[in-house]
Amino acid sequence: MGVTIARLPKLFTRRGSEVELLSGGEMIMRALKEEGVKIIFGYPGGAVLHIYDALYQQDAVEHILVRHEQAAVHAADGFARSTGEVGVSLVTSGPGATNAITGIATAYMDSIPLVVISGNVPSHLMGTDAFQETDMIGCCRPIVKHSFLVRSIAEIPSVMKKAFHIAKSGRPGPVVVDVPKDMTAPTEKRPFVYPETVKMRSYTPALKGHAGQIRKALDLLLEAKRPVIYAGGGVVLGNAAKELTAIAKRLGYPVTNTLMGLGAFPGSDDQFIGMLGMHGFYEANQAMHQADVIFAVGARFDDRVTNNPKKFCPNARIVHIDIDPASIQKTVQHIEVPLVGPVGPVLADMVEMLNQMAVEPDQNALSAWWETINGWREKHGLWTGDRFIRRDKIMPQDVIRTLYEVTKGEAFVCSDVGQHQMFAAQYYKYDQPRRWINSGGLGTMGFGLPAAMGVQLAHPDSPVAVVTGEGSIQMCIEELSTCTQYNMPVKIINLNNAALGMVKQWQDMQYGGRYAGSTYADSLPDFVKLAEAYGHVGMIVTDPSELKEKMEECFAMKDRVVFMDIYIDPDEHVYPMQIPTGSMKDMILSKTEPSN
Amino acid sequence: MRHIISVLMENEPGALSRVVGLFSQRGYNIESLTVAPTEDVTLSRLTVTTIGDDTVIEQITKQLNKLIDVVKLVDLTDGEHIERELMLIKIKAIGAQRTEVKRTCDIFRGQIVDVTPAMYTVQLTGTSDKLDAFIDAIGASAILEVVRSGVSGIARGERVLSV
Repeated sequence: MGVTIARLPKLFTRRGSEVELLSGGEMIMRALKEEGVKIIFGYPGGAVLHIYDALYQQDAVEHILVRHEQAAVHAADGFARSTGEVGVSLVTSGPGATNAITGIATAYMDSIPLVVISGNVPSHLMGTDAFQETDMIGCCRPIVKHSFLVRSIAEIPSVMKKAFHIAKSGRPGPVVVDVPKDMTAPTEKRPFVYPETVKMRSYTPALKGHAGQIRKALDLLLEAKRPVIYAGGGVVLGNAAKELTAIAKRLGYPVTNTLMGLGAFPGSDDQFIGMLGMHGFYEANQAMHQADVIFAVGARFDDRVTNNPKKFCPNARIVHIDIDPASIQKTVQHIEVPLVGPVGPVLADMVEMLNQMAVEPDQNALSAWWETINGWREKHGLWTGDRFIRRDKIMPQDVIRTLYEVTKGEAFVCSDVGQHQMFAAQYYKYDQPRRWINSGGLGTMGFGLPAAMGVQLAHPDSPVAVVTGEGSIQMCIEELSTCTQYNMPVKIINLNNAALGMVKQWQDMQYGGRYAGSTYADSLPDFVKLAEAYGHVGMIVTDPSELKEKMEECFAMKDRVVFMDIYIDPDEHVYPMQIPTGSMKDMILSKTEPSN
Repeated sequence: MRHIISVLMENEPGALSRVVGLFSQRGYNIESLTVAPTEDVTLSRLTVTTIGDDTVIEQITKQLNKLIDVVKLVDLTDGEHIERELMLIKIKAIGAQRTEVKRTCDIFRGQIVDVTPAMYTVQLTGTSDKLDAFIDAIGASAILEVVRSGVSGIARGERVLSV
């Protein structure tokens, strides 16, 4: 089988050095080293034992043993989100691969660059329903940017090179490399030359925007009387926060960020009008609805943003920059100036062209517009006063505000999914990109803790908070053990309302308070004891007056995992909330203000 | 509206399932699908006929283009084009029916490619509409079996879809 060494035409690289002979397992590890990978997250099993043996015999790449493959992918994902580098996980065949699926889908929905290496049964057993066999390429097809099945040892270097290239270029995304066990056998050695470049005729993502379209976009932007810059996760992924801030400052237009875009524009800047969408800020959603020009940058008009797309911003003329042509005119049809390209270079070109133009924004119109927006902000803005009724229990909003104060806005905040996620998006001001780490697209409960592990490893000296609930945290709680093993001192801020809060909120609002399958108050674990069982510090907070002190105590323990079990008001809802099927501006502001 | 989308893609295992999967995943309709290698063995040519309004067709072409295995594609219905479909059809042919079937077959310029005392197998090429018309003319009660290849298409004139 395969190519014998004697018949190989060349055993020298172009540089003239002798070619090494490596096994497939060694090739995978060497490829990771060539790609600059320092940390991978994985879980061994039969089909990847050869790769693990190669891993053991090198020291360029460190391996973090998680406790469940889902966490291996979330951790790599958190690593990628917080650094901008490609995250890597290694899992075995069958259940290892299928356990990774939720993590892969999470990364796919948020366009996170990952390379997931999955083992498979030996080639000759594939298709025979062998032990721990699953068709991983088939299983993951709808949730990957691309996937490769390794069919010969010799192709491993080029497959790995392509996998990394595809994962991180264009609109990023997860790439699966499925490796049958016989491709990694230590006895089968082949020449290893890692390609320096990669060229694929079928894959050429745009590197620049079209100059004519940029000009048109600027012309439209400068005509605006009531403009809004609507920036999404693409700005974060494209490392374009600086460029976005530059153009926003140059124009003086209000900026709103999507859930995925938080941090793309400084949250504490006056020009920031908050998050938009289903639980977005009043002023952001009003401004969008009333806008005459919307400048959408790296955002995809998600249904959690637009509400009813038919009623979306009826008066707005829209400029839309996106690296992915398929994101343009997908849900909202009236895009006047589509602009395909990477947001960073496009925005930089725009600023340059803007500086050469003699036209300036209409300052009179703009100051009137700001007056209107500031009026909305004054009346209903989440940061201009208490927009909730404070009862004698700890309010979840106060927990996030306290977290913001205690960490001075500098923490990495990794969220799970539910009410706590929305509070963390609303009440923590993100001044920098890649600080707010959450599963926005797929909404994966259990994401927070493993993602935080990846973030903490990438930023060992920074505070990393997991904002979670007692529902989400239990979905990947086994990772408390991984935190012990590798000393990852994340801080768990558990907003405990003894129920699946977001589900319960909907049941309150739309199902007459019938809490079907959303409560479990009698059977919750003692989280303090649980944390202690894993070797961590646990603390309970029930009294609002001791919240800040306890949280300071928590973050002072820099080298310990601390589990803060915070008992919050179980009846609190997340507001504002858009009224389903309505327009952007149709919102419920609180329990007592049904609509505006 | 009916569209014929012609796709050049890498002749790789799994490429076809990515295309087909995309259609089912996103709820696009497939009326017919044909695929075979081209003169360049590294490339396959896939022709899919689908139905959708302009918005849907725009998304289909964009989503197809996003697939890494897809090299190039064209919506043939955007311009002048030729479309052909091949049909093999087994028809009951006993007694007086035999001449009647033969005559209908001649009118449609079909060829009888297999004969038994009780039936003819007819090969017919043309647009899908023409094949439909032939089936109507023969009548359901006389038809034993129908196999259609799905539509293949190519642009008229000098426009070509190539790498």
